[in-house]
Amino acid sequence: MELSLATRSVSDHTVLEIGGEIDVYTAPSLRERLIELVAGGAKHVVVDLGRVEFLDSTGLGVLVGAHRRLRAGEGSLCIVCPHERLLKIFRITGLDSVFEIHRSVDEATAGGSAHTARTGA
Amino acid sequence: MSTVHLAFSPDPAYVRTVRLVAAAAARRAGVIDELLDEVRLAVGEACTRAVALHRRHALSEPIDISMSDGGKFTVRVVDRGPAASAMNEPGETTGAIMAQVRAETGRVPVDEDAIMAGVGLALLMGLVQDLEVTNATDGRGTEVRMSWPISRRAPR
Repeated sequence: MELSLATRSVSDHTVLEIGGEIDVYTAPSLRERLIELVAGGAKHVVVDLGRVEFLDSTGLGVLVGAHRRLRAGEGSLCIVCPHERLLKIFRITGLDSVFEIHRSVDEATAGGSAHTARTGA
Repeated sequence: MSTVHLAFSPDPAYVRTVRLVAAAAARRAGVIDELLDEVRLAVGEACTRAVALHRRHALSEPIDISMSDGGKFTVRVVDRGPAASAMNEPGETTGAIMAQVRAETGRVPVDEDAIMAGVGLALLMGLVQDLEVTNATDGRGTEVRMSWPISRRAPR
């Protein structure tokens, strides 16, 4: 399996740390985990892409879907992406204006969830 | 000029295989290291699109890939889906889908497949300078052709 998923809590955020490659084959597992997290009550999700080696449009689609579902439930989803090679992908597709993107989990979870409850980009 | 040909069943599990072969063939052809991520991503996107087309139209036929290095490194991904009429205004379709994603996140349901198709196209177009999508030469399906420059100092 080329994808690893690990969750932990940081204050009132649920951090999902992803490792490996997110593509058309592995993205469904990611989608399933995100659905489980939301069904289990997670409201403020931080998706940590720090150990992701590959991300394509299927992965982006899963993230967009999760973002929509969380926002619809008055929750939030933000991205931690320290690597330029992945940031570039968000930029090319214009999704850097849809997602809140941070350079670290600390930055993403600083100040609690109040700061993520802002109106759309 | 040398060529690598491969064909794979429309199964998502194989897209990674093709990405790896493309990156290896690109390196061998003399594409600079800095462009290999782009090759991997772009070829992956084209293959993902082809797999989705085959599955949507219940086609079990394989998807054809050819990689050649005459002058520049060129990868052709050929699917057997419907003709390229849907791709006539790819920029427009992508723009419309992206605008929708940006403006309506979380408020109006948008078909996730459409989002993914739009994002895939946007990525492909944003990544590859030398990209062409045409009807396949034998009339069945479409060909996505992508090329990258070859460094003249490439080892042979």
